[in-house]
Amino acid sequence: MKTTLFRTASLSAGMVLAALTVAPPAHALTAYVSNERDNTISVVDLDAMKTIKTVDVGQRPRGIAVTADGKDVLVCASDDDTVQIVDRKSLQVVGELPSGPDPETFALGEHGTRLFVSNENDQMVTVIDVPTRTVVTTIATGVEPEGMGVSPDGKTIVNTSETTNMAHFIDYATHKVVAAVLVDPRPRIAMFKHDGSEVWVSSEVGGTVSVIDPVRHVVKYKIHFEVQGLRSNVIQPVGIRFTQDDKTAFVALGPANRVAVVDAANGKVEKYLLVGQRVWQMAFTPEDKYLLTTNGLSNDISVIDVADLKVIKSIQVGRQPWGVAVASP
Amino acid sequence: MLAVQAGFARPGRLWQATELATDTNMGRPDRSARNGISRRGVIAVLLTGAFGATRVRADVSTVRIGYIRSMIRHPTISLLDQPTRDAGLAGAKLGLDDDNTTGSVTGQNFELIDVPVRKNPNLPAALDKLAGQNARIVMTDLPAGGVLALADAARPRDMTIINIAAPDDSLREQDCRANMIHVAPTRSMLADAVAQYLVWKKWTRWLLVVGSHPSDQLLAEAYRRAAKRFGARIVMEKVSEDTGGSRESDSGVVQTQQQMPVLTQGAPDYDVLVAADENQVFAGYLPYRTWDPRPVAGSAGLEPVTWDASSESWGGTQLQDRFERLFHRRMMPLDMQAWTGVRIVGEAAARSGSTDPDKLVTTIKSPDFGIAAYKGQLLTLRDWDLQLRQPILLADGRTIVSISPQPGFLHQVTTLDTLGVDRPETKCKLQ
Repeated sequence: MKTTLFRTASLSAGMVLAALTVAPPAHALTAYVSNERDNTISVVDLDAMKTIKTVDVGQRPRGIAVTADGKDVLVCASDDDTVQIVDRKSLQVVGELPSGPDPETFALGEHGTRLFVSNENDQMVTVIDVPTRTVVTTIATGVEPEGMGVSPDGKTIVNTSETTNMAHFIDYATHKVVAAVLVDPRPRIAMFKHDGSEVWVSSEVGGTVSVIDPVRHVVKYKIHFEVQGLRSNVIQPVGIRFTQDDKTAFVALGPANRVAVVDAANGKVEKYLLVGQRVWQMAFTPEDKYLLTTNGLSNDISVIDVADLKVIKSIQVGRQPWGVAVASP
Repeated sequence: MLAVQAGFARPGRLWQATELATDTNMGRPDRSARNGISRRGVIAVLLTGAFGATRVRADVSTVRIGYIRSMIRHPTISLLDQPTRDAGLAGAKLGLDDDNTTGSVTGQNFELIDVPVRKNPNLPAALDKLAGQNARIVMTDLPAGGVLALADAARPRDMTIINIAAPDDSLREQDCRANMIHVAPTRSMLADAVAQYLVWKKWTRWLLVVGSHPSDQLLAEAYRRAAKRFGARIVMEKVSEDTGGSRESDSGVVQTQQQMPVLTQGAPDYDVLVAADENQVFAGYLPYRTWDPRPVAGSAGLEPVTWDASSESWGGTQLQDRFERLFHRRMMPLDMQAWTGVRIVGEAAARSGSTDPDKLVTTIKSPDFGIAAYKGQLLTLRDWDLQLRQPILLADGRTIVSISPQPGFLHQVTTLDTLGVDRPETKCKLQ
């Protein structure tokens, strides 16, 4: 933590600078995009399909989510060692969650009230009760938690580790690693299906997605991606999202600049959608109408019409957009 | 598929150092072997300590990796570049830790047998000793002559050598061997990495300044080849004679300030000075001291490296942090090359589910094998000369300026093969 000394000062400056802002119209469907390079969040009006506001936040904002009550946006300010709470009405940073050091990303569990934060450098996961803003517990992972997923019932945490190229299954009740499943190199994201029947793990360098049975802890099969005209080394899967019915999965393929549409029943790739450059994370709008993708190198988000499987719009945001979260009207 | 019920912990340091009983070996192992505790016992204790009693796989099997490590240290121009006693070894130890982290859930245990050697080591004896401990995969950071001697002595012993330091193209060309794997990039890969960037910058007129050692000549030849390949022009070549004793001293700064302008005076108009000085005799003095105000690349200034302490992309920050916590210094390129060598063996064991050295080597050489090494893509072996494909970092000592291959340099198989000697050009016949 070499820059700790300077962080407090710059953070308060950032908070002061957080613009005096006007809330978006109450009925608008809104997306919040964390811009890793700009230390800002872009507020995107999805009715008008444009960025309407930019909010200053802490340093290196990455993981982002909207709270269960819809009131706040949570964002990992990784280099400030905190998770900031941005009030959706005033668009001001109104508080912080005790995330532990260097939070990269998090998962919301237990109906949006429990936040599971990965602390990469300290090889642990911090669990926070969002309403009371307190640390419930910390769990030693044994390896650097790169990506993290929480089962829908909140009982299992899956932590992916680049050091071991494994997905580590942690039992939340006992805090113990109960299994480790070997996947392909540089595992990034672990995502459970909504019904909890499978967890999918993307391997950025390996170029595959491993579909894991979370009960037997075995890889059922792996999904490979082939895009005509592209070398396999630029196909680097990262973000994964399932439709509500778990029938279709979308996999962001990084520098391949494409999102793969996958039949989630059998892993068959049905289509590749061309989006912006270095597509990273994704989020659905309510009822899975649109899927939004953050495109880190083209500084925009792509809007995919989920029913038509077509990219209908790209919307300019800040520099190096990382994560995206959507709030219902 | 691998799913093991096990407690989980980063294992303790399980590396092992041994004395090599040859009359020429004066190296001292950094640590003594962990005596008196069985290895399985160590793992079990560590697991219990970290996570409470959990079930540990009973059938732990061990892979031993040898490391024949040169203890000869050359002077450097910058104090910052001076190799420590554990140069390379520290990287190997960290790689071993990472192997054992995975190993602790797969039931595989990895050990490093460190064999420090000085001048004229008895290499066959060293190999015999390692073979006696079933360490049949042996890394080395010896110069090219030593690597080749090892590979040839290793062959009748059914052993495989991993070259982690020697950049000589000859080892991948006329002197290539089927039991010699190269983690270190070649001079031609390094020169191509620099050349692509300079051409991308449109700095295509080079002043080439070459040292007087044979290895400098080989490096200069790599730059000449690179210039021709990528469309640069060497407007002039100059030679900097090593007259001995030219490293920094108390009053040296006064002299270098006078010498370097003279050395670089009188060149036709050029864009960038390319230095070929593998022994660190003069290149470090060039930046800011050239006759004409020009940037320096190659052996100083913008340098092609496998690693730099400032590299933070693709999870690199975590590797740097792990390294600094353990060794209280920055990670150097040789550390990265040693780390990669040890990780290749560990990855092969995890993928094949085997600890048999023959199976590991077969796995490493199989077409779908690759290793993630904080370079943003999978590193794979060229099947025609057993050279590890890899992006090359271009570092100025403070930041990563760029990473080659550069955009626009295309290849029908993988852009990584735009660096170095490609399949159609190779003289290697593996046997």
